[in-house]
Amino acid sequence: MKTGTDRVKRGMAEMQKGGVIMDVVNAEQARIAEEAGAVAVMALERVPSDIRAAGGVARMADPRIIEEVLNAVSIPVMAKARIGHIVEARVLEAMGVDYIDESEVLTPADEEYHLYKSDFTVPFVCGCRDLGEAARRIGEGASMLRTKGEPGTGNIVEAVRHMRKVNGQVRKVVGMNEDELMTEAKLLGAPFELLLEIKRLGRLPVVNFAAGGVATPADAALMMQLGADGVFVGSGIFKSENPAKFARAIVEATTHYQDYKLIAELSKDLGTPMKGIEISSLAPEARMQDRGW
Amino acid sequence: MVKIGVLALQGAVREHIRSIEECGVEAVAIKRKEELKEVDGLILPGGESTAMRRLIDKYDFMDALKEFAAEGKPMFGTCAGLILLAKNLVGHEPHIGVMDITVERNSFGRQVDSFEADLAIKDVAQSFPAVFIRAPHIVEAGSEVEILSKHNGRIVAAREGQFLGCSFHPELTDKHDLTAYFVDMVKETKAKQLV
Repeated sequence: MKTGTDRVKRGMAEMQKGGVIMDVVNAEQARIAEEAGAVAVMALERVPSDIRAAGGVARMADPRIIEEVLNAVSIPVMAKARIGHIVEARVLEAMGVDYIDESEVLTPADEEYHLYKSDFTVPFVCGCRDLGEAARRIGEGASMLRTKGEPGTGNIVEAVRHMRKVNGQVRKVVGMNEDELMTEAKLLGAPFELLLEIKRLGRLPVVNFAAGGVATPADAALMMQLGADGVFVGSGIFKSENPAKFARAIVEATTHYQDYKLIAELSKDLGTPMKGIEISSLAPEARMQDRGW
Repeated sequence: MVKIGVLALQGAVREHIRSIEECGVEAVAIKRKEELKEVDGLILPGGESTAMRRLIDKYDFMDALKEFAAEGKPMFGTCAGLILLAKNLVGHEPHIGVMDITVERNSFGRQVDSFEADLAIKDVAQSFPAVFIRAPHIVEAGSEVEILSKHNGRIVAAREGQFLGCSFHPELTDKHDLTAYFVDMVKETKAKQLV
């Protein structure tokens, strides 16, 4: 009997496919998310848009909040650790969190090194903007990927950019000859063996969700159409006027992402969505996606 | 030629489709209840049972699934799928509720306790690589239920006539023996109906 194997860690993310993972900050929100059909919740102290507004150093959530959420729902609970913060990650693992997000939404603890995630029994999800970044994270032991997007903006443009980029580069690798892959590995800064694996499988070896800017049911469906395996929704749901209704609409739009009549129906009367931020108006230091490498 | 559906509301759909195809029969992803009419057997995949249930209700799938069972067509539930099939759930209301078993959810613990183990499965394999992910187990089985496998004394695979269920994820491995066993159930049922 073996725990913490790649199959067990990656398999857990496979079970989340086609689903929506929702950011929550307390037990009540977690229950609303579960009731709406979320496949998992991300327990946080503040959603990304509030982290953005608050400024300062953003850290792992208070364990009290995580504990409260763990006790409130039967679906998996994820939590965020700072990039490279070995101890925050170990604390979350010790608490029994089901998945850790080594996240650029929090202020990085290490600007040079990400966590060596293969060392952990708990699986990790990491953000990526392109295949090189995706492959480096898998190389370190990430069992699940997500686009970085630009968290807390309610603007889908960066998530679209990252999803198209990764999938375009995967297609390129799949179409290349083996003798071209080492040069591609060098150019991408990606582990060579991983490119061989991607070519053999015809896809990434782990699931890749969309994250960072999903604000409407149509945004969620768009990301699924672009090849996302599922969707993370951060600030959008509990910043909306009717979170339960909004959460259900996002779940349904993700399942039936090509049923446009249905998406029209469930987008009705959702109230005002997040105001959103135009990316070019963000100061360079406010761009969360540039954290990590 | 038989056709097997995989309930495609959420979860490990792609893996089951691949596994069915490896067994040499046609597989279809089922997103709408009308599509159930086209298939001879149905796999309820792993995923999150609460999320699947929510979508089953939303799209009025429940009666169609019960009808599918009432027609005697074979159904195979893996992990969350096993939970959907069970007549009784510990601490929760049942879902489709057609297989005479009592199932406890997340009974092996949280994700850090998820594991792989080699199992002997009766009539299927001497040694089968079973992947347990936040897995449920069968606490109690009715008199008509045949127990196919146990792990540390807990029932993790069972069959009751047309229903097959397991706690683990055969679709995450390259061994297709358990899927092949289900494919045979579907073929036998279809052959009987044609007589």
